[in-house]
Amino acid sequence: MRNTKLAVRCLAAGAVVAFVATGCSNSSSSSSGSQTITLYNAQHEQTTDALITAFTQQTGIKVKVRSDDEDVLTAQLEQEGSKSPADVFYTENSPWLAQLDEKQLLAPIDAAALQQVPAADSASTGDWIGVSARVSVLVYNKDKLTAAQMPTSIMDLADPQWKGKLELAPAETDFWPIVSSVAKTYGDAKALAWLKALKSNAAPNDNIPDNETVVSDVNKGTGDMGLINHYYFYRLQAEIGKPAVHAALSFFAPHDPGYVLDVSGAGILKSSKHQAAAQKFVAFITSAAGQTILAHSDSFEYPIGDNVAANSELPPFASLQPNSFSVADLGTGEDAKTLLQEAQLL
Amino acid sequence: MTSSTATAAPAPPRIARARRGRAGWLVYVSIVIALGLLSPLVLVALDARQAGWTEIHRVLFRSRSRQLLVNTVELSVVVVTAAAVIGTAAAWCTERCTLPLRRLWTVLLVLPIAIPDFVAGYAWHSIRPTFTGLWAAALVMTLSTYPLIYLPVAAALRRADPGVDEVARSLGLGRAATFRRVTVPQIRPALIGGSLVVVLTLLSEYGAFEIVHFQTFTTEIFTEFQFDQAAASALAVPLVLLGLLVLTGESRIGRRGRTSRTASQAARMARRRRLGYATAPVLAALSALVALAVGVPIGTLIYWMQRSERSTLPAAATVGKATWATVDYSALGALVAVALALPIAIMAVRRASTARRLIERSTYLTQSLPGVVIALSLVFFSIRYAYPLYQTSLLLVAAYAILHFPLALVCVKVSVVQAPPRLGDIGRSLGRGPVAVFARVTLPLIAPGLIAGFCLVFLTATTELTATLVLAPTGVHTLATQFWAYQSEAAYGAAAPYALVIIALAAVPGALLGLWFDRERYSRLSTEQYSRPAALEPAS
Repeated sequence: MRNTKLAVRCLAAGAVVAFVATGCSNSSSSSSGSQTITLYNAQHEQTTDALITAFTQQTGIKVKVRSDDEDVLTAQLEQEGSKSPADVFYTENSPWLAQLDEKQLLAPIDAAALQQVPAADSASTGDWIGVSARVSVLVYNKDKLTAAQMPTSIMDLADPQWKGKLELAPAETDFWPIVSSVAKTYGDAKALAWLKALKSNAAPNDNIPDNETVVSDVNKGTGDMGLINHYYFYRLQAEIGKPAVHAALSFFAPHDPGYVLDVSGAGILKSSKHQAAAQKFVAFITSAAGQTILAHSDSFEYPIGDNVAANSELPPFASLQPNSFSVADLGTGEDAKTLLQEAQLL
Repeated sequence: MTSSTATAAPAPPRIARARRGRAGWLVYVSIVIALGLLSPLVLVALDARQAGWTEIHRVLFRSRSRQLLVNTVELSVVVVTAAAVIGTAAAWCTERCTLPLRRLWTVLLVLPIAIPDFVAGYAWHSIRPTFTGLWAAALVMTLSTYPLIYLPVAAALRRADPGVDEVARSLGLGRAATFRRVTVPQIRPALIGGSLVVVLTLLSEYGAFEIVHFQTFTTEIFTEFQFDQAAASALAVPLVLLGLLVLTGESRIGRRGRTSRTASQAARMARRRRLGYATAPVLAALSALVALAVGVPIGTLIYWMQRSERSTLPAAATVGKATWATVDYSALGALVAVALALPIAIMAVRRASTARRLIERSTYLTQSLPGVVIALSLVFFSIRYAYPLYQTSLLLVAAYAILHFPLALVCVKVSVVQAPPRLGDIGRSLGRGPVAVFARVTLPLIAPGLIAGFCLVFLTATTELTATLVLAPTGVHTLATQFWAYQSEAAYGAAAPYALVIIALAAVPGALLGLWFDRERYSRLSTEQYSRPAALEPAS
């Protein structure tokens, strides 16, 4: 039984060491002299890290990051309420900021920062700010379809000729603005019928978990085409290299209800005890310097600040012709969610 | 088991009193632990109330819910059956047969538990994207959950008295009949406990199902989360009900005539059966199992790393830091889980009563809830009542202990069932204090269960993602969160090393577990010292 006793002692000793180590790591992080803000981040971590490094260099303010999916972070912020340790919330899609704004958890953004981006891309209340943008497109497999065959309107996807050829990721927030835009153009009843046709065309691929999977499936030829935001295609291309890419993008006709500009945004928590530093961070990521970092990152989103050119891999921002659907039209995405659920896509 | 021994042969009054005194104290401790473990249900109830009846009605009573229920039940039946057969067969091979490279197998067979579910799901999906639906989900889950049955069953086989088998054989019972009528009752608590944990794990599984497009209540919770957190919690209600149903069913089966006399038998290692002609097929079967469960995911990860064009492979220092954080939190979580499981196991095993059974059963319930629901309820509680703890490592350790508590309990309970309580009483009667008896008699006897429980919780915690993202101290990364961060950016090449480290880490406790039991084999002499007093007991 000596073995047993030895093991028990080892376990106990290990526990003590681990506890001490954990304790140490906690105390060391809180004893920094300069100011530190906490960022709740639902954007792609590598891009956020690049922004933070430049921000800290410029201002001396340190940034601690907590990353998670935007729906979970929103739920967490709502649970935390006025005691939230977060100063800034940076999301991939605007509905989550709109939801927090509706619950009055956000503080107004400084006017100077808001002026750095187009007014239509930020909250009308001025409580959150647009940071970057992307457009909805079709991705198709070049061995299965040609550019000429591709539908030019989102409504054409309901055509029975696409049965079994379409992949959809309806649980992605990216899908909501498209649904909402169609509903705004044609009304809820027609939008619902369109969604149901889409579901039937996409089956059994009507419930792909995310856009990364859609674009990778289409590239492999599992699906003939899919509905995504443009950047997923460029990310896949960066990851596997151009020779391995068998997919291509197809844009909708100018101003088609499916040609939507999606906005990423950031908001400052009302409960933040570092309002000034938080304002500085938000101003920085929307400034020319911050937007340039965004443009050069592997995120392949479009910067929306004045005069900052997009990543050279992308078609120029000015060449895009999305419809007039805005973040204000999208709101919290409630209409889209209800339609998706009625169509049994959610 | 224990109850039958107690009624068949009443112990001397003095000892009985001593035991009762200790047990009463244990019940109170157990109630406190159980209440702590059940606290996440309070938030589920509050949220469901906040969502309101109309919202719950909308979410629960639509055509989709019926399909979700059918999916969940079908999958549970298929997976539990397959995992029980595979887990028991594998345990029999490593514990009772002369298997070549036995030690290696004991490590390899446990490894699948350390393959994060989302890695396994992605691996299968990328090999065959049409790999979807019930059978895909069943295959992925069987391969990842059979160790939950293998480990406790192997521990039970190791501790079960081979003498009974030998007697049965010598009295002319065939091999198959001996297994069915003698061995199965001996490993039944382990088998049932393991199956229970498998079902509960299936109820709360998310990552793998999402990838193979299989919808259950839990995948639905994650979708509903995008609407309304309160409504998402309402969807947890059927999970809790299903969990209760399974627990009730289990206690029915569990109660049915357990004839095992292991409680009063000492452990003697069984003589291993020569495999002979069977060696090749058995090795082939085990190799196929390990190739599917471990080889496929690892192969995919290596393929990702090779295919990646980006130069963003993570720096060694980042991997090191994430590894340390993972080991630190998981080991502490495992320790806490095992420490909490011990009183509950002793309480439940030493005397059977409805109240005790209820207390023990209740502690399994949280396993049927997805990690994110438990994590958010801990946010709820710590924000209101323990703010200084919020987003500290302590809270994360507590979360791991709560999330994986049943895994610890199953293993610990198996050992406690097999440890003769009378040895402790004899220790007391010889004048030793309760602490000394516990440390020198009880603890060594149940050590295999404690260590198995520790390893199982540790392995599972290293792959935990959703609760870690919510509760880890801000700025701290674990291997799982880093994998997630890169993978959700389609940077598969950069993500892969983190998953590989998780798997490598898992080999350590797996190996330790195997080596540990082997060493115990060699110190058989000391074990046999304990068999003498047990043999003197009137009940045996």
